[in-house]
Amino acid sequence: MDIQKQIVDILADVTGEDFSDKMDQELYESGIMDSMATVQMLLTLQETFDITVPVSEFNRDDWNTPNKLVEQVKKLQDEE
Amino acid sequence: MINLQPYENPQYFIYLLVALLPLVIGLYFGKRYKWYEAAISLLFLFFIFDADKWKQGVTLIAYIIYQFAVTFAYQHYRQKTGKANKTWIFCTFVVLAILPLAAVKIWPVVPHKAGIDIGFLGISYLTFKTVQVVMELRDGTIKKVDPITYMRFLLFFPTISSGPIDRYRRFAKDCDKAPEREAYIKDLGLAVKYLFQGFLYKFILGWLFGTYWLPYLEAQAIIAGKGMPLHLSWWVLGVMYCYSMYLFFDFAGYSLFAVSISYFMGIHTPMNFNKPFAAHNIKEFWNRWHMTLSFWFRDFIFMRFTFFAMKKRLIKNRVRLSQIAYIVNFMVMAVWHGITWYYMVYGLYHAFAIIINDIWLRYKKKHKLVKHNKFTEAVAIFVTFNVVCLSFLIFSGFLDNLWFNVPLGK
Repeated sequence: MDIQKQIVDILADVTGEDFSDKMDQELYESGIMDSMATVQMLLTLQETFDITVPVSEFNRDDWNTPNKLVEQVKKLQDEE
Repeated sequence: MINLQPYENPQYFIYLLVALLPLVIGLYFGKRYKWYEAAISLLFLFFIFDADKWKQGVTLIAYIIYQFAVTFAYQHYRQKTGKANKTWIFCTFVVLAILPLAAVKIWPVVPHKAGIDIGFLGISYLTFKTVQVVMELRDGTIKKVDPITYMRFLLFFPTISSGPIDRYRRFAKDCDKAPEREAYIKDLGLAVKYLFQGFLYKFILGWLFGTYWLPYLEAQAIIAGKGMPLHLSWWVLGVMYCYSMYLFFDFAGYSLFAVSISYFMGIHTPMNFNKPFAAHNIKEFWNRWHMTLSFWFRDFIFMRFTFFAMKKRLIKNRVRLSQIAYIVNFMVMAVWHGITWYYMVYGLYHAFAIIINDIWLRYKKKHKLVKHNKFTEAVAIFVTFNVVCLSFLIFSGFLDNLWFNVPLGK
């Protein structure tokens, strides 16, 4: 399964919304995601992709759309 | 001997701006004179901690040496072990980093000889920075701390006394380069604007509310409270609003000064306030009030706690977990403010306000019963404002004075 599909599934799980055709939707300003949803998402990402996610110094500007999430996960996978 | 407390009066700004001028000219021409910057930073730090404040200065130096030892010992451990990242070692280092601040907070409630003071101005804000760096070393978002940058980050004098709380990586990005001229000119424009906004807030409005009106209202509230149930009178309401305005204008004014001076120096210290009294609910309020502090708590207490609890499956129910995390978050904040009953009540009050807020938001989402319009918006802002002002009345300590110190003849 490709990363994009997995991230759409994780987001659907966390927020109850389908982002498959709105990969550039802003997630924080719009109130879709909050701290709790973020933690749940980060934990799922960590377990799904076997990466170490930055819990605290998590810069919302780098993680605020589904597309950016895909990008960040790829970057963290490369670092492992 | 000259002693200059940060931003205490208008003269301070004259000294400061004159001293900054060579740096500003340098930055305008694309050069950052780091030696000059270091020299004036040390000079202004010296003026904060000299004369009768020299003991604080000595404590600050000891504190910095101690924190360097903690941070670099932990960095050494992280570099040596690579992927191995033991939780107990991490926790030990966090405790070590917090230890001096914890001692300062506990000091007033343990018996000790009068006149011995173990803290210094800014210890809280320095601790936020050092703890943050230890946590990022654990997460791997910081791989290597540069000692000189770390020193400049900790001792950055415009924000040393009361923030705003910057983050190491953000600061490191700014502090070695000179900005592009066009960007710097824009920064200077903002710096001047924030400076004058700061004057209006701190020296005019903050002074009117805090120095001119507040003592009168407090005195009236104490007189009118005699013989009333819980010593309450309508004057207390006046104290509540007046103190809330004072708190905002005084602290927002100070924060604007700190951001303004940072911008003159080509450093984008983050803003602390964003129209907090326009918030529609308590959750939004905390995204607008003392933002660098509330974001620090969100990232380093709330997020870490929920992440840990979720991973270990300590609390299964997500709603219940968030509620416990709010209580933990705000009680840590309360203890940080100081160990008094009113800070504890203030912490609990905000924790429960945000829990109730969350319940309401979930209910509203589920039932879709409230149509959004100008009227509901105004009601939301009004309710939030009053909930917040009541919390500030608790926070101010005035009730402690009203209820427990009145017979002492105030």
